[in-house]
Amino acid sequence: MTVEVKTFGSMNEAAAALASNRAARFFSGGTLLMRAINEGDTTIATLVRASDPAYRQIRSEGARITIGAGVRMVDILANRDLAFLHPVARVVGGPAVRTMATVGGNLFAPSPYGDLAAALLALDATVMVQGAYGGAQQMPLEQFLSGRDRAGSGGLVSSVSVPRPASPDALRFRKVTRVRPKGVSVLSIAAHLPVTGGRIAGARVAYGAMAPTPIRARAVERALEGRSLDAAGIAPALAAAAEGTSPATDALASAWYRREVVAIHLRRLLLGEGG
Amino acid sequence: MAKTPVQFRLNGTDKAVFVDGGENLLNALRRGVGDMSAKFGCGQGTCGTCTVLIDGEPQLACLTLAETCAGRAIETALGLADGPSLHPLQAAFMEHFAAQCGFCTSGMLMAAKALLDRNPSPTREDVAEAISGNICRCTGYEPIINAILDAASKRGGQASGGQGHARV
Repeated sequence: MTVEVKTFGSMNEAAAALASNRAARFFSGGTLLMRAINEGDTTIATLVRASDPAYRQIRSEGARITIGAGVRMVDILANRDLAFLHPVARVVGGPAVRTMATVGGNLFAPSPYGDLAAALLALDATVMVQGAYGGAQQMPLEQFLSGRDRAGSGGLVSSVSVPRPASPDALRFRKVTRVRPKGVSVLSIAAHLPVTGGRIAGARVAYGAMAPTPIRARAVERALEGRSLDAAGIAPALAAAAEGTSPATDALASAWYRREVVAIHLRRLLLGEGG
Repeated sequence: MAKTPVQFRLNGTDKAVFVDGGENLLNALRRGVGDMSAKFGCGQGTCGTCTVLIDGEPQLACLTLAETCAGRAIETALGLADGPSLHPLQAAFMEHFAAQCGFCTSGMLMAAKALLDRNPSPTREDVAEAISGNICRCTGYEPIINAILDAASKRGGQASGGQGHARV
């Protein structure tokens, strides 16, 4: 079986080609799609690529940073403005995956993959989706992910935009794996916890591998609001840690195990404990 | 469906090959060019035995669309030795018994080369990280890590008075 590869100079044209052909898939880094092709997935007849330079650019614009969907993990690691994402990009795959895997592709990575998408959720990222007929639509990443797996959702992700955090360590991130240094997530947790006058205000917490797509941990966020970052302050959040989650059972962990340990890893993340 | 001609440099030599749509680079190297050094392990990007360098970066040949390699420089384990002289990494792998069945070896060598090209004096942790995408089921990794560290120190030694020692 062979597939047809089509490369377009603009995201517009690529989006149109994608929309006009049900058997077309957008090809970014290849770490997801080539797996499917190597396994003989016959539902893919056409691969659409984009050579648009904007697709691979990182642009700092005032309070926000826009990351082209074709930006790879190594490109993030080489960019100082994105230092807050370095701890996340560094644990995606091994070195030879990080030279291929892209930001846009990570948004489509099925659970238990998609650690970067979880971090972007905690950063309150927005996604730019290029429509088939010229228009582009910006939407919150959370909204994008919730509709991701619906058939015919259409459009092409051209970039992701994040507000620049106050400091590079403002994003807390933890990936739980069985093997080190490289392993697939049992789960991952990302948290952005602004503290004003000793109290958390506007917490954003996201999980990877705790549902079919990365999700916001809304119950945890609510329980953290107005609390202090200490053992007593976070106790209600820990009690709510598994609320709203629907993890899978796979070769790495059972759903039961994931729900059972998420509070432990959340505590370690919030209190900055090792292990 | 028509085949697409692709030209690239392989270990310093120009190559041209016809590829099918959707064909991966690993196939193009093995069946198209006859370079059998990169192996097919999982076809999923999990095992790392197809690791090659593309424009100096380690990438997985089985997940690389061959058509995207036009005009690029590819390095495989076949290009490591200089005639009868083994590359320092190959010599170190031999000395340290870092290959048993050998299936992971070419991928390990290329992952190690990518590391040493960028970081001539890596720590043990750097080495473990560099080969973290390469699975070996025989050695338990320790001989491989030792071999890479040894190759690095010997290379640094050869460049005595140069960069190897100038680095603090």
